Amino acid sequence: MTSLPRSQHIVASGLIAAVGVTIAYISYTQEPADAYVFPRLISSVFAVLAIWTFVKAVLGRTKVGNGISGEAMLRMAPGLVVTLVYVFWAAKALGFYTATTIAFFILVSLYDPAPHRQLKTWAKRIAITAGFMLVMYGLFAQLLNVFTPREILF
Amino acid sequence: MGGLDFLFYMGDVFTPINFGLLLLGTIGGLILGATPGLSPTMAVALLIPFTFQLEPQQGLILLGAAYTSTVAGGAVSAILLKIPGAPANIATTLDGHTMATKGEGAKALQLSFLASAVGGLFGVFLLIFLTPVLAQWALAFGPSHLFWLAILGVTVIGTLDSSSVVKGLLAGCIGLWLATIGFDDIMGAQRFIFHPSVSGGINVIPALIGLFAIPQVITMFTKGRSSDDAEIISVKRHPIRLAFVEVLRRKTALTIGTITGSIIGLIPGVGGQIAGLVAYDQSKKFSRESEKFGTGHSEGVIAAESANNAMVGPSLVPLLTLSIPGSPTAAVLLGGLLIHGIFPGPDLFMNYPQVAWTFIDSMLIGQILMCIFGLYIAGLAARVARVPHAVMAAVVLGLAVFGSYSVQNSMGDVYVMASLGVGMYFLERFGFSAAPLVLGLILGPIAEANFIQGSMIANATVGMGSYFFTGWLNWLLILIVLASVSYSVWMEVAQRRYTTKDDAVAKEEAMS
Repeated sequence: MTSLPRSQHIVASGLIAAVGVTIAYISYTQEPADAYVFPRLISSVFAVLAIWTFVKAVLGRTKVGNGISGEAMLRMAPGLVVTLVYVFWAAKALGFYTATTIAFFILVSLYDPAPHRQLKTWAKRIAITAGFMLVMYGLFAQLLNVFTPREILF
Repeated sequence: MGGLDFLFYMGDVFTPINFGLLLLGTIGGLILGATPGLSPTMAVALLIPFTFQLEPQQGLILLGAAYTSTVAGGAVSAILLKIPGAPANIATTLDGHTMATKGEGAKALQLSFLASAVGGLFGVFLLIFLTPVLAQWALAFGPSHLFWLAILGVTVIGTLDSSSVVKGLLAGCIGLWLATIGFDDIMGAQRFIFHPSVSGGINVIPALIGLFAIPQVITMFTKGRSSDDAEIISVKRHPIRLAFVEVLRRKTALTIGTITGSIIGLIPGVGGQIAGLVAYDQSKKFSRESEKFGTGHSEGVIAAESANNAMVGPSLVPLLTLSIPGSPTAAVLLGGLLIHGIFPGPDLFMNYPQVAWTFIDSMLIGQILMCIFGLYIAGLAARVARVPHAVMAAVVLGLAVFGSYSVQNSMGDVYVMASLGVGMYFLERFGFSAAPLVLGLILGPIAEANFIQGSMIANATVGMGSYFFTGWLNWLLILIVLASVSYSVWMEVAQRRYTTKDDAVAKEEAMS
């Protein structure tokens, strides 16, 4: 294991341990105590296992999990950013169908291996996006009658 | 509840809507199953929102058909592209793809679907005859037993399904904790509400969609703009009659595959991947032509495919009798039952006999349909399997967002889906598995309700220690929990003895 995954393991398991300890603390201090009987049981085991995992990571004895390479991180970053902006902002602000169309088209364009300079490639991407949106509209708006946020667009 | 009740409800499968849904689920499942990256669990999770407007039995027919045929459909890409459609089809690639490269692709596909149908039918019959017996037995279960059963479900999957016992159990704890978010049923107190989106607790369906679909989407992002260069091997015609004869001639492989798959299916947490590999290995040991395994031998395909479909039916036995899902896909099916207000358990067959038996009968008919359609649409499915990962990622993301929203028309569910999904991707990269987390999330409320109920009974009678730790059934369940943890720890230590750290890292890379 190289030093990169080891430091990643320390950070990841440290975060999980922090969550585990916080949950245990909340479970043992919040009122009414009767509502936290089961969470106390769970969070105690959670905290112990999380601290165990953290100590193993610090000692460099973690056996499973490869972490994330810098290259993979760079490849995923644009897609992840588009996904997060789409889910946490655009879907509500722009309207479900508009946001989905934009996000779908950007993601397909970002990760499609076909060359960007060909007009045919762009026409294909637009056609795929339009086809997908047509299916989604037919399924959710027409068939299932799901009322999605429309906001400033659609 | 008689042993032949399933025959009484068989006619319900053939009503126009039910049969249409069965066909839709079967054909759709075959195509989805052939698509690498779309696991049966994820396919079923993405389908749940489409069942909201259906009657419970109709929704279950669709989900059950999709479950059955995605497992079998995975063989198409395993044979023609050397990419298993699902982990359950890994063993199929060993001989199936070699057969295809030798010009026997059609034969390999025919053998795989015929063997899947035989294994699948046997598995569903096991489900039919075991479920009522276990359901009768399960009526004797009290709160303490149900509490231990829920813990058993989480620990068995946590320990057997993960590469690390501690991380498997930790994932189970995370799931159990997530299940406590929201209002407490007894006191009505709000617990762990750190964002308005989770004020009503975490809805299981968006959580399942996020946990299974989003990590897959991000994994596709990490491939960047690379193209999958897997070549589809063209399929030459092969008389189906000869494939029938071949399957009947390879009785040993078929029997070993079917029995191994059925037994493994009954054990919670041990999935189709294990079933296929164990059946392949055992068939090789018992075969007179063991040296031919790996060189495009029909017995390899028959054993692997009969096993991975034989486990489908038995994997639902703990779900339908004890409301304990034995696998992640069964957990997703439980979610599908719960949204229709049906709680599986010992009294399922008394309260909802039509729903339960029509669902089981549809799985029986679905096996036959899967075999018939599988043989004809294999070529189409292989083409779908080559859909670029950029398009696949965008499609799955879109379906995940719309599907999560449609559960309660709530943006909060979409936020929960995305947050859990992104979190799960990073957890997976550090050796955690989604299966125990999902089981914890689903079994958490069952465990808590029975723990609280049991505590009340215990405080009024014999005390906590005596109530939860005495009686042969409590002890049996506790022993199984301890045995599964001990076995997994022993296996982990034994593997370490023979595996260097570099080997483990290389193995992890290969698996991911």
